[in-house]
Parts: sequence; structure tokens; C-alpha cells
Amino acid sequence: MTEISHYRQIWSHRTPRARLLLWAGWLALVALFVWCWQVMTQDTIWFFVADAPQQAADIGRRMLPPRWSYLPELMQPLWDTLNIATLGTLGGVIMAVPVAFFAARNTTPSVTLLRPVALFIIVASRSINSLIWALLLVAIIGPGLLAGIVAIALRSIGFVGKLLYEAIEETDARQIEAIEATGASAAQVLSYGIVPQIMPAFWGITVFRWDINIRESTILGLVGAGGIGLKLQGSLNTLAWSQVSVILLLILGTVVLSEWVSSRVRQAII
Amino acid sequence: MLTLEGLSKTYKTGDAALTEVSLSVPKGQIMGLIGPSGAGKSTLIRCINRLVDPTAGRILLGDVDLVRLGKADLRRQRRRIGMIFQEYALVERLTVMENVLSGRLGYVPFWRSFLRRYPGPDIQRAYQLLDRVGLIDHADKRADALSGGQRQRVGIARALAQDPELLLVDEPTASLDPKTSRQIMRLLTEICAERGLPAIVNIHDVPLAQQFMQRIVGLRAGRVVFDGAPDQLTHDALTAIYGEEDWNAMRQGDDEQSQAEAEARDRMAALAR
Repeated sequence: MTEISHYRQIWSHRTPRARLLLWAGWLALVALFVWCWQVMTQDTIWFFVADAPQQAADIGRRMLPPRWSYLPELMQPLWDTLNIATLGTLGGVIMAVPVAFFAARNTTPSVTLLRPVALFIIVASRSINSLIWALLLVAIIGPGLLAGIVAIALRSIGFVGKLLYEAIEETDARQIEAIEATGASAAQVLSYGIVPQIMPAFWGITVFRWDINIRESTILGLVGAGGIGLKLQGSLNTLAWSQVSVILLLILGTVVLSEWVSSRVRQAII
Repeated sequence: MLTLEGLSKTYKTGDAALTEVSLSVPKGQIMGLIGPSGAGKSTLIRCINRLVDPTAGRILLGDVDLVRLGKADLRRQRRRIGMIFQEYALVERLTVMENVLSGRLGYVPFWRSFLRRYPGPDIQRAYQLLDRVGLIDHADKRADALSGGQRQRVGIARALAQDPELLLVDEPTASLDPKTSRQIMRLLTEICAERGLPAIVNIHDVPLAQQFMQRIVGLRAGRVVFDGAPDQLTHDALTAIYGEEDWNAMRQGDDEQSQAEAEARDRMAALAR
């Protein structure tokens, strides 16, 4: 083991030039942060910021204790909210499935025409928040549950479509090939080669989206699309803080419950 | 009887996988296809049921030329050709029975296959085949719950459910241990003998091929360089197929490997003491 002394003891991970650039980069980032901070705080009225803890404490005092007698009145809107989420998810999934099959490279009937159209539908649906969908739909089909359901459905197409088409593209080609080799028709290849492979992903995505939709549908009422959000807006407008706290706790409970359900379902599938 | 005439396949990249391959497989013959990786064994098998489209030549199964078929005709002809795959290629999330019945897909309308409402005779036959391959008790298990050897048996039953006139077998034992490999090869050869079924078997393992095949065809760089009985497969013939250097290197590699393993074992034993 004596020959080792022939070799250098110095080794560095980066070249001197790379080290210099790295330092310069960090310096530039810090400078940018300082500059941004100045721009940001230019218009801040510090009096209000200094006041913030008192304001928060004040609202907190008004919120407590929650007015629990308000709870029975909330059951109907809560039921509406759950319906918006569930029916919206259902509608979204029904529309998303064909879109996903058109968008997946290995199942699309035409790469040049239908695939871009399907991808555009997915992007368009994803780029618009459900609150904005709801705003548009309240204007088009009037306020109420239907607007909420359609808004949730339209927003879900993109989410479900994208994840599902990725799952379709990740299927094992050998299993599909084996079904093709038996002389199966295209529809049979779909139902025997591809569908069994994407079923776990499909249920996982659907339940996940349902879980998200419950959260999203609680705020749709703010723009008049029905559900518990309507009550929230009403209470906020009348400064009934003790009712607001009841609603927020109810939403929290519902979301926790839906998250529990969705995680149980996903566990059962996978 | 299967006849290949001047079969060639050139991939889009310009690689000539097969060049002017001509051979015929008579009824009841089990033909082993050997050759180094990339010699075109898989391409040859896949050309026959058109999972790969050949560039030139004719493939006659009986008197049908498989190369010139349209989509619908191709589907009808594929029913006559059973295929068994290297990694089994079962639909993992379906049950064993569904996998075997999927061999009938070319014969039943979509609604029957979708609702899993297969005709009585098909179901009876599927049970009979599962019994033949020794898996009748596993019919309702999911395919991914089986061991490798069992899965390959399901693969065999699926191919036979097609009532094929020809079996294409792509490296049936590549992912199996030596004992299971022999059991699977024995089952395959028995079944082919029972039914007078011709088969083309891609195989890496030369001794295994010599033990079970009636005829061996050697491919090298897409051309047939050997065609004869297993006992004609001499050292020279193997050299013609695998190449002098490769052939020796392969054996030497084996020796080196086992030497290294023995040394490692000795060292471990010394350490343990």
C-alpha cells in the first residue's frame, strides 16, 4: 500500500471557474431579493401592519364561541355542495375518458388531427380555475347548483384527462401485443389489453379528483353557484363572525372526511 | 405447413434485420431458432403474425399469403397462429381464466368478450387446457399471483385456446430457472406432438435447443447459416452461427465468471473462520 503516495491529495468537485460563477449567481440572487423587497414594501402602510395582531385577535374574539345553533341550517347547503362535487366529478370523468384515449399516443385514432384537439381541450380545461368557470357559467345558465356542477365538471376534464392519458401511455406494450396476436379486434384490444392495466390509475385519479372537488365546491357559492359558499358569503357580508367560524369548521370536517374516504379507496385499489 | 420465401425486413433506421430468409416448417415439426442477440430471431417470428411488417417476401400458411392481408383478413388469419412470449405477456390484472379465454377473442363478438359471456364450448375447452397444463385449481386467481413457470403455462393455454395451426414461441424460458425451463420445454414439445402442431421456437440456450428440438435453424445477421438436425450442430456449426471470437469469448466468460465466484466463496469462507 506504499505506492499510494504517487497520487495527488487534491480533488475538487467543481473547477475554479464554476466556483466563481456559482458565487456570482448567489450574489445576484441576494441582490434581486433585496431589490424586490424594496419594490414590495414601497406602498405598504406600516400602521396597518403593526395593527395586524390586534385585528386578528379582534376577529378571533368575534368568531368565538361558534354559534352552533346555526348548524342545522347548514345541512341543506352542505348536501348541495357534496352533490356539486360528486355529480361534477362524474360528468367530468365521463367527458375526460374519450379525451384521454384521443390524447394518448398509443390509442389515438389520428396523431395529426385528433391528438392536438384532445390536448387542447385538456390544457384549456386545466388553465381556467373552477371559480372562473363558475363565474362564466353563472352568467350563462344563471345562478344555482347546475352552474356549480358544470363548472366542476369542466375543470375536472383537464385534470382527469391528463393523468389518465399518461397512464394509458405507460401501459405495458407486451400485454397489448399479446392480445393483438390472438386476432382480437381494436375494441377487444382496448377492453382486454389496455383497460385492465389502467383501472387502478382510473379509480385513483377519480377519487382524488372527487376529493379536490369537494374542497373547490365549498367556495363556488361565493360567485353564486350554490352550496355552502353562499352561506359563507352571506355570513361574511353581515359580519356574523360566529357563523363564519361554524361554516369553516364544517368545511374542515367535510374535507378531512373526504380525504379519509379517498385515501381508503386508493389503498383498497392499489 | 408454413413456408417463408425470400423474407426480408429492413427497419426504418436502415438496419437489415432479415435478408432473404427462405425455409419451410412441415406439420408437426418443432423447429428451434438460434443465433446471437440481434440476429433477427424475434423479427422473424414477429413477421409471421405481422406484429412486424416484412419489407419483402412471402409467408405462406397453408395457401394464404400472410404478407398481403388487409386488416380484417389479418385478424382472421392471426387466429390460426398462437404466440407464446418471453415474459409471458399475460394481462396481469385479469384472472387466469380470462387470460386463457382471451385466446378466443378472434372468434367471439365484442359484446360477448366485454361481458365475459363466452360460449359454453369455449369455456369447457379453456378448463380442459388449464387441466392439461396443470393449473385447473388456479383458474380464478389473478395472473400476477402466479409464479413464472405457472404464468408461462397460462401463456401456453392461451395460445392453444386459439385452436392454432402454428405456434410461435419467443424465448419461452428466458426468464425461468433451469429446472422450470426444462419442464416448460417438455410441456411444449408434448403438446405439439399430441396435436401435430408445428412450432417455431426462439431460444438462447443451445443445450436446451439440442435436447428438445427436432430441427435447428441458425440465424446470423439476418441470414440462415445453419439448418439441420440437433446432432449436426457441431463446434464448427456453432462457430458459423455465433462467430469464432464470440463463441470462445462466451465460454471463456463463463469460466472466468465461475472462477471469480469460486474465489469469492473461498474468501468469504476464510473470513467466516
